[in-house]
Amino acid sequence: MTGFLSYTFIQNALLASLLGSITAGIIGTYVVSRRMVFITGGITHASFGGLGLGFLLGINPLIGAALFGLMSGLGVEYLSKYQKIREDSVIAMLWSLGMALGIIFISLAPGYAPNLMSYLFGNILSVSSADLQVMAGLMLLVLALFIPFFRLIQYVTFDEEFARTSRIPVSLFKYLLAGMVALTAVLYIRVAGIILVLSLLTIPQNTALLLSNNLRKIMIMAIIFGFAGSLAGLILSYYLNIPSGASIIFSLTIIYLLVSVIKSITNRQQKKV
Amino acid sequence: MTKLVDIQDLTFGYSTEPVLEGINLTISRNDFIGMIGPNGGGKSTLIRIILGLLQPWSGKVLLTPSINIGYLPQYHSFDSRFPISVEEVVLSGLLKTGKLTSRIKSTERRKAAEVLHKVGMEPFAKRSIGDLSGGQMQRVFIGRALISNPDLLILDEPATYVDNRFEQELYQLMETINETTAILLVSHDVGQILSSIKTIACVNRRLHYHPNNKITEEILESYNCPIDLITHGHVPHRVLHNHPQ
Repeated sequence: MTGFLSYTFIQNALLASLLGSITAGIIGTYVVSRRMVFITGGITHASFGGLGLGFLLGINPLIGAALFGLMSGLGVEYLSKYQKIREDSVIAMLWSLGMALGIIFISLAPGYAPNLMSYLFGNILSVSSADLQVMAGLMLLVLALFIPFFRLIQYVTFDEEFARTSRIPVSLFKYLLAGMVALTAVLYIRVAGIILVLSLLTIPQNTALLLSNNLRKIMIMAIIFGFAGSLAGLILSYYLNIPSGASIIFSLTIIYLLVSVIKSITNRQQKKV
Repeated sequence: MTKLVDIQDLTFGYSTEPVLEGINLTISRNDFIGMIGPNGGGKSTLIRIILGLLQPWSGKVLLTPSINIGYLPQYHSFDSRFPISVEEVVLSGLLKTGKLTSRIKSTERRKAAEVLHKVGMEPFAKRSIGDLSGGQMQRVFIGRALISNPDLLILDEPATYVDNRFEQELYQLMETINETTAILLVSHDVGQILSSIKTIACVNRRLHYHPNNKITEEILESYNCPIDLITHGHVPHRVLHNHPQ
């Protein structure tokens, strides 16, 4: 076990799991309770276009992805104000357009895009210390928004129209949060990949939702379940030599199933009494 | 008399046709206005303009500075599966005070308990909002409108979903509240509460204001404000005289 911990890439992976569990635990709870899961899927896949553009221009692909992610996140939030637009259809168009653009850009790029697989499925073992700094920065931003404004965000999310009658800058908060959702989704493409990142934002949160109706407790539990799943997935990945993104999602799902089985057993016992 | 709301020559529409035209209305402290009118007559629209949710085409809506309006919408836009307790829903009525700390203060908890007691929902404080019935939810949302001690309370069809017994309790509660708070009550069935309201506003594209609560066949016909005057059971009510022929 100590041999396992002595590698720098393992230490980086552990740190990335911790930072990711905190950021995704909080942002994911927002995503799940506001039913933005499909939007978030759209943002993540649309960012593939930016990734491809990064390859083509020879810049860091994640910067391109972040730009595309932010634009689509804020764009959907803006469009959703107009009820005449079918939001789910817009998201689906954005989703496929982003993927299409990504494929076009990559095929135009000279040579072969070597680590494309790691962007689609993620590799927590390739996280660099520069990545960690960006992840820490995003975590601080999220905490700086959620700690002082926790109840405001909760109440605005619960009933937006009522909040609008209360002289609260509702739109400002929605755009800020949409931006953070986009950045979180894109940043953790590194860890879980475009296809799997949605699970970090939904599985631990839904596990927590089995146990509480208190948003603060749900966030804290989502962080704990997220970190536990990431650790278990990392260990599985190391010893069984399987891709880390997949093993983390597998572990998160096992935790979800365990908690729901334990919950239904205790519920049944309570009914008998 | 302090004017809380002063609406001057207001016109509003959603597309090309005006929904509201030439509206004048003032709401003062101690007012208890019953707003009646047919479906699609513009009652809810007028309320949404007062609340600042819609901007008028022309005319003015003057609100007394830093007015605190408590609001019960007719249709709720919330997600019933959102993880939030009844107590927290009531506390969200304090959003407008702009002083929410990240943690709930004990004074806020006491206030929430007091309001939940008023609407008969105290035992449900820790339950999820989604576990309640329609009528119970309505009581909680009335609590949310009351908790900030508003200067003006706007209730859009408060009797929707609630049972007859709570409806009567609600009207008694409103009479008490009216001692310190102006009330604007929207109802298609104002006959039920005729004894509590002081004045009547008929809204059907235009607004006709009646500075008393005498509602006559004539009013209903000439202003095209059809309402239901039928009620059931032991309801406190007042039979109004006919206008001289």
